[in-house]
Amino acid sequence: MERDDIIEYSLDAHHGEEEGRRIRRKIWMVTLLLAVVTTVEVALGAYWKEWMPGSWHLVKWTFVVLTIVKATYIVMTFMHLGDERRNIRAIILLPYALFLLYLVFIAIWESNYIHRVWTEFL
Amino acid sequence: MAGEATKALSNDVLWGGGRSPFSISYGKMMMWFFLVSDALTFSGLLVSYGFARHSTTEAWPIGEEVFRALPFLHGSYPLVYVALMTAILIFSSVTMVLSVEAGHRMDKKGVIKWLFLTVIGGAFFVGSQAWEWSHFIHGGGGYITTPDGGKYWVHNDTHDTHDPANAPGFHLVKARPGHYLLPAEGEHAHVEGAQAKALWDSRVAYIDGANMTRNEYGPPQYANFFFFITGFHGFHVFSGVVINLIVLLMVIRGVFHRRGHYEMVEKAGLYWHFVDLVWVFVFTFFYLL
Repeated sequence: MERDDIIEYSLDAHHGEEEGRRIRRKIWMVTLLLAVVTTVEVALGAYWKEWMPGSWHLVKWTFVVLTIVKATYIVMTFMHLGDERRNIRAIILLPYALFLLYLVFIAIWESNYIHRVWTEFL
Repeated sequence: MAGEATKALSNDVLWGGGRSPFSISYGKMMMWFFLVSDALTFSGLLVSYGFARHSTTEAWPIGEEVFRALPFLHGSYPLVYVALMTAILIFSSVTMVLSVEAGHRMDKKGVIKWLFLTVIGGAFFVGSQAWEWSHFIHGGGGYITTPDGGKYWVHNDTHDTHDPANAPGFHLVKARPGHYLLPAEGEHAHVEGAQAKALWDSRVAYIDGANMTRNEYGPPQYANFFFFITGFHGFHVFSGVVINLIVLLMVIRGVFHRRGHYEMVEKAGLYWHFVDLVWVFVFTFFYLL
């Protein structure tokens, strides 16, 4: 069933052939980047311990950073958030980031404490 | 007003109140708000996984030791299958964004082609996850614990878990202390014949595969989180495939072409990219770390 009562608007709902070529090139570049990063992650996970034993903590932080890099490209390019207005970007990202930072902080802090309680007193 | 559209807009694209906040359509903005709330749910799950893992005093299994199998192949391929699933999902995300791009050029054929590939990719991912679950639930043969606190992995040629001691090629391999899944090293680790049978008969428990109460990979919470996180994500992928399929049928029928824009593809695309985004985080925090 077709609905005529829904009127929708998007600032960049249309673009021409020339613009399309530029956008497609960007999409493929981001694809390449995501594929390379994922390959690097798997290789690090599988072989890092053989290459450099004892530095597992470092590779974990590398994973976290690479993941945030990937997430940024997906959100900004694939989801076009980078093309939206600054204010809508802030409305979507800032409250979420703020809450998440707090959640991660409190989870690490409290789980550290519980771990200590279990090892020292039980 | 800050953030309001500064371009002159025709009246028929404005929201009900006669304005168009942030120059974004009502539908896209609400999709973003939904995605933020959904992202909070997933963050809650992953953070609680981190909490459980960080606070535990037991050994915790490592992804590359648990997920090392490929369909139709024997041998050890750590994380290769999960990486393959990640690649499938990322590529279906790429086809989705190409479909959105084609929609902006009112290229109906292009939209259909890329959206169809997106649906196929999503279906492949759901199928892969079903295989992964099946493999996780059935396990690799399981282990027994002995009265003196020993732990031995059970092996036989036919992967029999009902009566493994009488299956051909039955033998036990001592587990490496402090590790969930790795075998101990050295000659004495391998136990065969009558000695293995005696250990089997003296077993305190035989744990094979995984369910909600216990599993061969690690603490019960490990399997619980696996089922809950990948299951919740898999459900999102499944509903995404259904939504994409419906949108694809509407595109084929020419609904959006008559409407004059392909924004519905864009909104479905936002959801689909979000599913991909969540998997990127699940991949890192559940499988890699």
